[in-house]
Amino acid sequence: MNETPVLQVKDLGIDFGGLTAVNKFNITVRKHQIVGLIGPNGAGKTTVFNMLTKVYDPSRGTIELNGQQINKLSTVEVNKAGIARTFQNIRLFDNLSVIDNVLIGMHNSIKYNTFEGIIRNRRFREQEKEAYQKAIDLLSIFKLQDLMDHPASSLPYGAQRRLEICRALATNPSLLLLDEPAAGMNPSETAELMNTIKDIRDHFDIAILLIEHDMKFVMGICEEITVLNYGTTLAFGAPEEIQNNPEVIKAYLGGA
Amino acid sequence: MKKSNLLNKLFDKQHKKQTVSYLIVIFAYVILEALLKTGNISSLFKNLLVPCTCYIVAALALNLCVGLSGELSLGHAGFMSIGAFTAVCLSGLLAGTLTNAVLRLVIVIIIGAAVSAFFGFLIGIPVLKLQGDYLAIVTLAFCQIIVSLINNVYFGFDEKGLQFSFIENKLNLSSSGKILIGGPIGASGTQRISTFTVGIVLIIISLIVIYNLMDSRNGRAIMAARDNRIAALSVGIDVTRTKMLAFVISAALAGAAGALYGLNFSTLTPAKFGFNQSILLLVYVVLGGLGNITGTIISASVLYVLPELLRSFESYRMIIYSLVLIGIMLISNNKFFKEKLAELKTRRFNRTHSKEAE
Repeated sequence: MNETPVLQVKDLGIDFGGLTAVNKFNITVRKHQIVGLIGPNGAGKTTVFNMLTKVYDPSRGTIELNGQQINKLSTVEVNKAGIARTFQNIRLFDNLSVIDNVLIGMHNSIKYNTFEGIIRNRRFREQEKEAYQKAIDLLSIFKLQDLMDHPASSLPYGAQRRLEICRALATNPSLLLLDEPAAGMNPSETAELMNTIKDIRDHFDIAILLIEHDMKFVMGICEEITVLNYGTTLAFGAPEEIQNNPEVIKAYLGGA
Repeated sequence: MKKSNLLNKLFDKQHKKQTVSYLIVIFAYVILEALLKTGNISSLFKNLLVPCTCYIVAALALNLCVGLSGELSLGHAGFMSIGAFTAVCLSGLLAGTLTNAVLRLVIVIIIGAAVSAFFGFLIGIPVLKLQGDYLAIVTLAFCQIIVSLINNVYFGFDEKGLQFSFIENKLNLSSSGKILIGGPIGASGTQRISTFTVGIVLIIISLIVIYNLMDSRNGRAIMAARDNRIAALSVGIDVTRTKMLAFVISAALAGAAGALYGLNFSTLTPAKFGFNQSILLLVYVVLGGLGNITGTIISASVLYVLPELLRSFESYRMIIYSLVLIGIMLISNNKFFKEKLAELKTRRFNRTHSKEAE
């Protein structure tokens, strides 16, 4: 248990003007763990993701990634440090092909410079080829390899969600944040996604923190769940505990 | 086995598109060069050839900025003027020491491009950090400032060295001295060393730079930053730096185009690079298609030559020119026309696929 956790968040909070959106939020994600973040609409789940990736600047609290403080970093540096994410409202590079979307995820692991890219020397060709191979391998995990030269915007909704995960994985993260990965998917797609997420956790040996409204999905996949309500942690624990927690039931169904 | 097939298919597809542009340029060059050699070309046309290549390069540069990087610039004529006047001054200074005209041309084009890129960098530092149309406003102002600055600068040299002033009569050159920039008169007495061949080579170099850039890691980042800023940041792309790269390369190419343009005329006034020229470049890019390289080459060459072809209409010339522009826009956005084009594409796609199946 004394191994450094992948993500350790302490007393995180943010104010928008006079409004406190999130306050005293704590979470720990250990290596190889899948953790769920649930809560009613407007509880502040996506705001937490935006703070972790520094899209928003937290007003209080600390974020540690693999023991290193990342509060002061920019969004770009946070990604380089090892956090990758997907978005609730899908944000793909719509005009670009499926494989380009994944290759863009590899931007920082490809090392040749601008000039080498223009004159196309051997270093460029080797690294490009390697990147393409890796991108195709990643796409195959999500069964997207046959669509790789289609524009990303032409994919069906479920495939776009999978492509977004694929792109996030391409950045080589140690922590993957998934914002409602199963939204808009039908039951069979959701079931498949559950297996895929477990597979990538094992295959890439990463930790995953996910937001999801589909309780079957959350209960089936997460080893630990944190419940957020009105911007503060309401409860946390194993799925069974959460399911039977009266406070959680009250928050979801409304108190009498 | 299957994987390598997929890879090859992907690379082929990208290359086919690019080969077409290179072939168009080379084909046009061979034909025009043949016409020139056999004397089958009017002197009017002959004089249009070099400026036309300059405008093609400048339009390609602008397409990199507007179409591929998604940042509107209304001041690319300003970058052309920097390239042009740098080149004219340098060429005048080097004329005595460097007698080989082609070598001198190449050197001053490179330096013109570098100076222009430097100005692009300076403008980019504050502006590219912002989101929205700030770049359009700043480049517009930049273009105006450059033109009025050159309008008021006097620059010359004699055996004592370089002289430079904002008031004409302050410049006291000895009898052997030479004025390089004479305020609103601009540069005069320039040795005309630009050639059509160098213009075509410059187009090809621009094509190589733009195509290869866009097909590399930086090009993908440029398009990612254009399509979705937040997503680009989230995968670790430094959006400001990426946009800066595209803008500086674009400014450099525009500067090179300007340098070639400047050395094609014995006199060159700053007024040649006003706001209208910037808009003209934008028209070439928009009609050629944002991000469409082949389209830009075709639209720039047709639209540059068109006003000259319409000379016989005299005062109705610009009216017809604008009607043609409106016509092209309407046709290219026509539903029927678009459907036909899509049909043609799918037919070709099906043909190649059925071939593979056999």
